[in-house]
Amino acid sequence: MRQLKFKPKSRIREFVGEKLISVNAYAALIVTLLIFIFVFKEAIPIFTDSIIQEEAAPDKMVFKQQFYEGREAKWSWQPTSDVPKYSLMPLFIGTLKAAIIAMLFAVPLGVGAAIYSSEFAPKRLREIIKPAIEMLAAIPSVVLGFFALMILATFLQNVLGLTFRLNALNAGIALGLAVIPIVFTIAEDAMTSVPRALRDAATALGANTWQVSLTTVLPAAIPGIAAGIVLGFGRAVGETMIVLMASGNAAIVSASFLDSVRTFSATIAAELAEVVFGGTHYTVLFFIGSLLFVFTFLINLTGDFFLVRLKEKMQGRTT
Amino acid sequence: MKILQPTLPVGPVRVIDSLDFKPKSTGMIPRGLTLAAVLIILAMLAIIMGNIFIGGVGTISWEFLTHPPEQGMKAGGIFPAIFGTVALVILMVIAVIPVGVFTAIYLHEYTNPKSRVTRLIRVAINNLAGVPSIVFGLFGLGFFIGFVGGGLDAVFFPDDGPVWGQPAIIWAALTLALLTLPVVIVSTEEALRTIPTELKEASYALGGTKLQTIWRIIIPQGLPGILTGSILAISRGAGEVAPIMFTGAAYYLPYLPAKLNDQFMELGYHIYVMATQSPDVEATKPILYGTVLVLLALTFALNSVAILIRSRVRKKRANV
Repeated sequence: MRQLKFKPKSRIREFVGEKLISVNAYAALIVTLLIFIFVFKEAIPIFTDSIIQEEAAPDKMVFKQQFYEGREAKWSWQPTSDVPKYSLMPLFIGTLKAAIIAMLFAVPLGVGAAIYSSEFAPKRLREIIKPAIEMLAAIPSVVLGFFALMILATFLQNVLGLTFRLNALNAGIALGLAVIPIVFTIAEDAMTSVPRALRDAATALGANTWQVSLTTVLPAAIPGIAAGIVLGFGRAVGETMIVLMASGNAAIVSASFLDSVRTFSATIAAELAEVVFGGTHYTVLFFIGSLLFVFTFLINLTGDFFLVRLKEKMQGRTT
Repeated sequence: MKILQPTLPVGPVRVIDSLDFKPKSTGMIPRGLTLAAVLIILAMLAIIMGNIFIGGVGTISWEFLTHPPEQGMKAGGIFPAIFGTVALVILMVIAVIPVGVFTAIYLHEYTNPKSRVTRLIRVAINNLAGVPSIVFGLFGLGFFIGFVGGGLDAVFFPDDGPVWGQPAIIWAALTLALLTLPVVIVSTEEALRTIPTELKEASYALGGTKLQTIWRIIIPQGLPGILTGSILAISRGAGEVAPIMFTGAAYYLPYLPAKLNDQFMELGYHIYVMATQSPDVEATKPILYGTVLVLLALTFALNSVAILIRSRVRKKRANV
């Protein structure tokens, strides 16, 4: 190491330096609070402004509404029609449908691949699997959306004989591709962090490789796998470009996974550019953003909770 | 004599009875099922990359990379989108690296890891990493354009039209900087953790102050980690579309961005526009595939470099 030449200490410089560094750290903190404040601030009129409440009070966004005389009450999202309709239910159902498909697709594959990679794979194969899945994580979501829109949708339509090319199934599978790396990475980390002693103990009792994995490692790593699934679900709900491009964006209330869906995130992306600053539609979109924010916040807390549990378990508690 | 407490995990681990195991089972089923999961994932990755490569490679040419779009994006190239993307990530990096690196140094070198403030900052950063990208877009619109830009206009340009209070490359870059902040912080912190304490102690022993130690030992030693973080941030930033849709990206511009408050074209947004808004999808298809290939190649190249630096550093550390 080259010789260090230190000038005599300068208290002022130390003080200023520390302050400059700490200012940056607090900036990170403040910005998170600012996001919270600004997104919520624009949504507040929903609860306070009587003009906006006429169209989009919280109860009107949740319950079925009768929009025209003599017609049936229903859930409807049509913010730009003559009678603007701001029911969030179609969007909620759409978001849920896409996310459910994504999870059904991503969890078995992600967890399965994690088990194989951490327990069964020869070292050389493992060194291919991990970077390959990191590559999957690096694909920009707009590219996954493009893939679902141009290629996957046509494939699914031909195979299943579908009426709608773009639907919840198509969007869900593409979303799943974005969720797989999250589930895989966290689950794999959890399993590889299971202490050697535990494996040895099971082996000593006569278990072979896969028996060790399934009866000892897997149960011990459960909190980590749960964290991966929870955080993956957060991504599936918040992801925008994939669903915007692949879901068809029709706000339909139905139980079919083969219908087109419109999600919360895609609604913001598709409509924010055309709204009047500060109008009802603008406020409702920020309200949706606030919902997404609160939801992901809770998801992160839950994920963190599981990871802390995992750490406790792995380090052992002396009782 | 002190009795050693067992440190094995307690609770979830069932007592394993050797009789549970049938000696002859070879575990073909769990092995086969999990291998199938791996193969399905790899196959899908191959299908995506193969399709994009085959569809796009024919379009890639020097002209494609250096010329602007023509005839409503049915011909010509994507130069403005490449230029806009590069300009965007450069501005983003200038904003995110100092804040990210100093935050990591502050967390790692100055604060007590158990203090309330440190924990609060950590929770905030973790949470920032999980916020959906579209919410960053909302924030960029509400805060940067509406509040900061609108405020600047009200104070300095009260008589003109919007100067700063409109979508612009600087607002898009700052929005992306927020989005990539956790990437830089986490990567830098990982690097800081691997710096041997002896180095720091040696610096202090030679009379170095805390700031001098940070400036001459910690930052140079942590440089590969900082570099990895920056590259990953660039790769992430170059691929995000949702946060820039309302904060500065434009469908088509006849000029390149030259000022901080200009709008710009961007690769990812260009893909989105061509794929969903084009009146003639078949005609734009070759250009679309070419653009996707360029974006994908850019992202993968950046990620490969980051992975390479990281594994080199880890090997170097392991050998010391």
